[in-house]
Order: sequence, then structure tokens, then C-alpha cells
Amino acid sequence: MSGPSTYVPKSAIGRWFEARLPLMGLVHSSFIAYPVPRNLNYMWAFGAILSFMLVAQIATGVVLAMHYVPSANEAFDSITNDIMRNVNYGWLVRYMHTNGGSLFFLAVYIHMFRGFYYGSFKPPREVLWILGVIIYFLMMCTAFMGYVLPWGSMSLAGATVITNLVSAIPLVGTALAHWLWGGYAVGGPTLNRFYSLHYLLPFVIAAFVALHVWALHVTGQNNPDGVEVQDVERDTVAFTPYATIKDTFAVAVFFILYAWLIFYIPNYLLDADNSIKANPLVTPSHVVPEWYLLPFYAILRAIPNKLMGVIALFAAIVVLALVPWLDRSPVKSAKYRPTYRFFFWVFVVICVVLGWLGSQVPTEGLTLIARICTVGYFGFFLVIMPLLSFIEKTKPIPASIADAVLTKKPAAAQA
Amino acid sequence: MTRFKIAALASAAFALALAAGFALAQEEAEQPKPPRQEWSFAGMFGTFDQAQLQRGFQVYKELCSNCHALTIPFRTLAEPGGPGYTEDQVKVLAASYQVTNAEPNDKGEIFKRPGTPADDFPRPEAYPNDQAAAAAFGKAPPDMDLLAKSLKYERGFPWFVFDALPGLEYQEMGADYIDAILNGYTKPDDPQWNLYYPGHKIAMPQPITNGAIAYKDGTPPTLKNYATDVSAFLAWAAEPNLEERKKIGLRVLLFLFVLAGLLYFTKKRIWEAVHH
Repeated sequence: MSGPSTYVPKSAIGRWFEARLPLMGLVHSSFIAYPVPRNLNYMWAFGAILSFMLVAQIATGVVLAMHYVPSANEAFDSITNDIMRNVNYGWLVRYMHTNGGSLFFLAVYIHMFRGFYYGSFKPPREVLWILGVIIYFLMMCTAFMGYVLPWGSMSLAGATVITNLVSAIPLVGTALAHWLWGGYAVGGPTLNRFYSLHYLLPFVIAAFVALHVWALHVTGQNNPDGVEVQDVERDTVAFTPYATIKDTFAVAVFFILYAWLIFYIPNYLLDADNSIKANPLVTPSHVVPEWYLLPFYAILRAIPNKLMGVIALFAAIVVLALVPWLDRSPVKSAKYRPTYRFFFWVFVVICVVLGWLGSQVPTEGLTLIARICTVGYFGFFLVIMPLLSFIEKTKPIPASIADAVLTKKPAAAQA
Repeated sequence: MTRFKIAALASAAFALALAAGFALAQEEAEQPKPPRQEWSFAGMFGTFDQAQLQRGFQVYKELCSNCHALTIPFRTLAEPGGPGYTEDQVKVLAASYQVTNAEPNDKGEIFKRPGTPADDFPRPEAYPNDQAAAAAFGKAPPDMDLLAKSLKYERGFPWFVFDALPGLEYQEMGADYIDAILNGYTKPDDPQWNLYYPGHKIAMPQPITNGAIAYKDGTPPTLKNYATDVSAFLAWAAEPNLEERKKIGLRVLLFLFVLAGLLYFTKKRIWEAVHH
């Protein structure tokens, strides 16, 4: 999509610099002249929103790290007393960071479901998609370790449940768990290393985001009609001003939601048990992860065997990376795939139900539902996707993006 | 005969089902959820009622503080958005407590001195640590600094969705919970039976009854008032920046709405010429 930059700086000093390091040319070709399909809807704004959220999380996180003390004795007080009561606007930065994590995941889920709906994982975007799955996995690790840092009651319980998963590995499991903990249970050393990794991983995410954007700019964006750009003049508009203004507007709207959470319901998504200092002798009566990890928690608990549960948990993430080869339908967008569209929404419902199940105390009935949903989750990828690739009767796709746009217009004019 | 048997069996089954249903309903009635109260600090424009916080502090100081720690600095009592004591009042209050100095003196002795506004409230004298308190009660009385944030109860679907929405937002669950517990000692013969505590068996014997504390501002000295006032005070202690947070939030939201509006029209203008 982006060839050699034709950008020529206006000033002499700009031309001098450009001949030595074509940085401005890179920015120009990536974010100004870069051609964007003209039919993109607001679902495509979440890339920009996610970039903003990553920057917001790193910025607030760096400030919090200046006041946080990663020790089992002091971590809880350093947040609940120092940051929340004594540091100027510490409460604001902390609420931005904790709620920012949730909104980061909300945005990434919309972004991922967008990809499923419009077939954004299909050739030639397989590598782009896999990079996205890696980012998602890194986000989950980062969020999990971040959740441990306040060293509240649920932090300790969550860390214990999740790190215990490795002990399910045959032969070396227990030794591995001890190595991970830096002791015989989750404790001070665990907290310290999680803090180190929680600070490191966001920059690894940023590096993968750079690769993700790079891959995106090689293949170009997918679009709601799922047909590739054929004629740059007819099918696309320039990134600036068109995508820039649209994304900025979307980010502003998203920030309204963000501000609502921070300023009016900052504790809504937080677990009450995390306002109690961690005590290895007292476990919360009901251990639950944060909302964005609940579906996976439900899958883990749905399987009666611990090792198989752990395998299912990781398989649920790995299967995402295989999607480009599971769905072989030549038609990308669900707009032209009525059967796939139906199953897509079933899949969305399954994910939401799994999330709800993950938050509940398991009973026999609920475990049964969780098992059915787990089968449904994997069935969508391993059965429905390959099957529909061959048997689905798709609708005719438009010849080009421009055609898709222009056929839509007269109908709209009549209405 | 057989017909009679079937009818008997059927009615027995029906009665059993009915009984089971009643038992279930009763079980729910036995573990009721804390009733939702009206709080001055609820909602988008909510602020603390200074007089109420002062009364609540009085209840804490004269009663709760015998067993419960409250690890917050004295100075916060004089900060905006709080109970609104003057700085001089807080100085006098802090000096009335003996706090242990963090560092030993020149002779290497740990010593006690009168508190200053920068100090935290010291722990209850009777219970220098959680273990001592647990030995007395079977369970350590929780620190009250975050008590209002550490208590939530299941709201269930769909209420938990509504709780997040503007105009319906529910962030005062902790205050409601504390208030319910204090009013929940409804079996006079068992001081450790509580209507709202999960399982009803609570380690804290009924802490307060009508007339236990004499309010200075003429508010009736009833259990109901003590409970509401101390719940409000603890809600403030857990979230001392609530007023400032909501005030800044309003400005941020107004700004974002104007910004988003302007961006929307700019976007519309820019895209006008493009069919999409």
C-alpha cells in the first residue's frame, strides 16, 4: 500500500534532515498520505482508541511506580494510604490506571470481534492477526500481574489460583511453581518479580503494536465489505484529514465513557475484597478474576481435570491465532455471509454467558452450562468455521469498494 | 384405591414442592440484602453533609475506636470535602492522642509523644495488633480506613448493569452495608446474631444501642441515627476525595462533550464531499 515516500520537506533544514533520516517521510506516508478505504465504519476507530489507551496506561503507570512500594508488607499501604490519600492527585492517577485497564480490554474485545465479523484475519492479513493475538496475550499477562500489585485479598487469591496452574504440569509442575513464586507460596518475592514484569511487558506490547501497525500498513486495512482496494483513487481517501478526524472524534467519545468511570463510578469494576490487605491465612469466600478474564476462568473451571482445564484455557487463546487457517471462506465480510453472521452472534452470546458463569459460584447446573458453552466456544472455531468455509452459500460481493459505496447511496437518497 | 393413592401421592408431592419453595423463599428472607439508603454523597452532584460527618466521627471516637483502628491522618479531618474541622481543632485533637514515634530517640528508646496532624490515628490501646484483637474476639476487628470500600454484596442481573448508568449509579453499597449491620442485631437474646451478616453469626457483639452517645447538636440519640452517621463518616474515610473527584469529573465531562461535539461537526464537514 505504501510505496517509497514522495514527501519533500518544505524547509531547507527539513530536507537536510530527511536526507539523513527520513523520519518525517515515514510519518507522512504512514499517517498522512496513507490510503484508507473510504467505506470504513466506526468499528475501525478502535485501533486509534487502543493506541491512546496504551499510552495512557504507560503514562499513569510510570507515575504510580514513582510512589508504589513492591513489598508484601508495604505494597497495600503504599497504594491505599500514600497514593490514594497523600500523593497530590494520586487518587486520580490510580483510578485512571485501574479503570484504564478495563477500558483497554473493552476496546480490544470490540477490536477483535470486529476482526471476526469482517474477516480481517484472512489473507493477506494473517501475520497482522497473529501479532494481534500476541498483543492480546501479553495484555492478559500484564493485567494479571498488575492486579496482584495492590496486594489486596483478591490479589493474593488470584495470584495463587493462576500461578498454581503451572503445578498441573506433570513431573516438573511443582518445581516450576516454586521457581515462579520464588518460595513455597505466593509471597513477597512473587510480588517483586510481578512488579518488574508488569513494568517491562507494556513496552514489549508497544513493540508488538509497532509491528502490528507496520504489518497493517503493508497490507492495508480491511473494510466492512471485505473487498481489497483495487483503485487507490476511487476506493480510498487519505489518512489525514479523513481518518484522523474520524478517529479523534471516536477517541473523544470513548474518553467520555472513561471519564464517567474514573470520576463517578471508580470502584464499580473493582473487587471489594481488594480493599482488604492480603493475608495468607484468610482467602476471600469467592475468588473471581477481573471481568475481562472471566470467560477463560469459566472454561478452566468447566473441565473437571486440572491439567486438562489448564490446557483448555491456553487452547482457548491459541485457537485465536489459528483462525486464518480455520476459516477458508473466500468471502471476508459477514455482511455477505448470512450463516456465518448468525454463528458469529451465537459466539458473542457464548462469550458473554461464559463471562457471567466465570463470576458465579459454580453449582452443578451452572457447571453444565459452562461445559456446553465451552464446547460451543471451541465448536465455533474448530467446527463451524471450517464447515462454513465449504458449505455456506454466500451473497454476491461488490466488485470494488467504490461500487459498494455508490450502490448504497441511491437507496439512502430514496429513503 | 389406586386412584386415591395417586391423588395422595400427587398432593404430597405438591405439598413437598410448595414447602421446598417456601423454604427457599424463607432462606432468602433470612439473608436479606442491605436496604438502600438515601445518602447526601450519592449521585453526580453528591457532597458529604459536614454535620453528619462530625456526628459520625463522634460515634467512631467514643465507640468504634475502642476496638477498630482507623489508619488515616488526623489532618484529613480539616481538609476540604471532609467533616470540616478547623486546623486548630485538629491540632488539639491530635495532641490528645499518644502516638509511638517512628524512630527511636538518641538513647535508642522507642518513645511515645503527643500526636500531630500529620500522624495517623493510633491503633486502639487495648489491641496493639490484630492478633491481640483476634484473641479477644475470635476475629480481628477490621481497620476502618477502607471498610466502606471493602463491603459489597451481590446485586445480581440486571441490577448490576443499572448500577453503572448515569442517574442510577450506585457507589454507596459499603455505607448501606455498615448501616444495615448496625441495625441488624434483631435478636435481643443473642448479641452476636445479625440479620444482614452472611450466615448471621458475627464476631462483633452488638456495639451500639439507643442513647449510647449524647449528640451535641440536638440530633435524636437513636441507634438509627448513630448507624447512618457513622456509615457516612466511614464512607468519607474510605473515599476522602469524593467531592473533589465529582467536581473535577463534571468539568472533564463538560469539556469532553463540547470537544466531541466540535469534532463531530468538523468530521461531518470534512467528509461532506466524500461518498462513503
